[in-house]
Amino acid sequence: MTANLRLSYFLPAIIVLVLAAIFWSYLGEIKDGKSIQDLPSALINKPAPTFKLPGISAGDKGFDSASLKGKVTLVNVWASWCPPCRVEHPRIMQLAREGIPIYGINYKDKPNDAKGFLAELGNPYKAIGADRTGKIAIDWGVYGYPETFVVDAKGHIRYRHVGPIMAHDLTDKIRPLIKALSK
Amino acid sequence: MMKARFIVILFATLAMASTAGAVEPNEILKDPALEQRARALSKDLRCVVCQNQSIDDSNADLARDLRVVVRARLTAGDTDKQVMDFVVARYGEFVLLKPPVNARTMLLWSGPALVLIFGAIGLVSWFRRRGTAASEGLSADEEKRLAALMDDKTVSGEAD
Repeated sequence: MTANLRLSYFLPAIIVLVLAAIFWSYLGEIKDGKSIQDLPSALINKPAPTFKLPGISAGDKGFDSASLKGKVTLVNVWASWCPPCRVEHPRIMQLAREGIPIYGINYKDKPNDAKGFLAELGNPYKAIGADRTGKIAIDWGVYGYPETFVVDAKGHIRYRHVGPIMAHDLTDKIRPLIKALSK
Repeated sequence: MMKARFIVILFATLAMASTAGAVEPNEILKDPALEQRARALSKDLRCVVCQNQSIDDSNADLARDLRVVVRARLTAGDTDKQVMDFVVARYGEFVLLKPPVNARTMLLWSGPALVLIFGAIGLVSWFRRRGTAASEGLSADEEKRLAALMDDKTVSGEAD
């Protein structure tokens, strides 16, 4: 009877503590710069979609899924009209200088705007596919811009980053992952 | 009479407004049966940009693109389930406004029932405990104190 009574006294406190721990862990994630609106990709550890995209303007080299086999690659979905794409661009350039093959999907852009963006900020991409209708981006499960995918040598998607890549994303996640996958 | 007509028109307009959603005229399929299926499916698909609206309600670009994709799949002859699977394969189960019942969502679905059951158990045991406490009655000591208090009251009452 008394043991029972003691438990029922403490039960509310225990429930509160458990909930507090859960909420605290969410707060921690927000503090680490992760938005709780970030969705996990449904394509993690699955093969990248099969597609073939033309280049930005007639005569430009396009980008198709066959390019993603044989080495660890990054696929960056960007547009000239997207301010965060501009923000992250120096980091994409930096990764390209480090020798990581980066492919671009130019999302719903005008050819002249896209070319202007690259002329101004530099072109880090080995090849760019122009996704004018956004259909291929849907195949990749893209919902915010920019988005960056790490694809392993087998052509499987291993990581998805939503939003601009900041310096700490490079050191904490992207570089270590590429290093681990390249072994 | 005028008032009645006004009310009829008002409600007719409201009824139409509620079925319009965010679907643009150029998205609507020619086949009304297909369009109806597309509308029904769109109402169950979450817009991942706004996250608390269905793609049928949302004006977001991506919601429009997904409405178009849903319609294209239906026109190509997909079943309702195939269309939903197509979207889930790309965006995950989060896009389903009504989550499926499976091992991962067990707690989600059973949560309200569990809270209700535990609440009921708690209430019943609380009332039972209170019931037994009351039926035990007063101890001899308490009876004596009560009697003393009652005597006091009577005394002070008579003094008035």
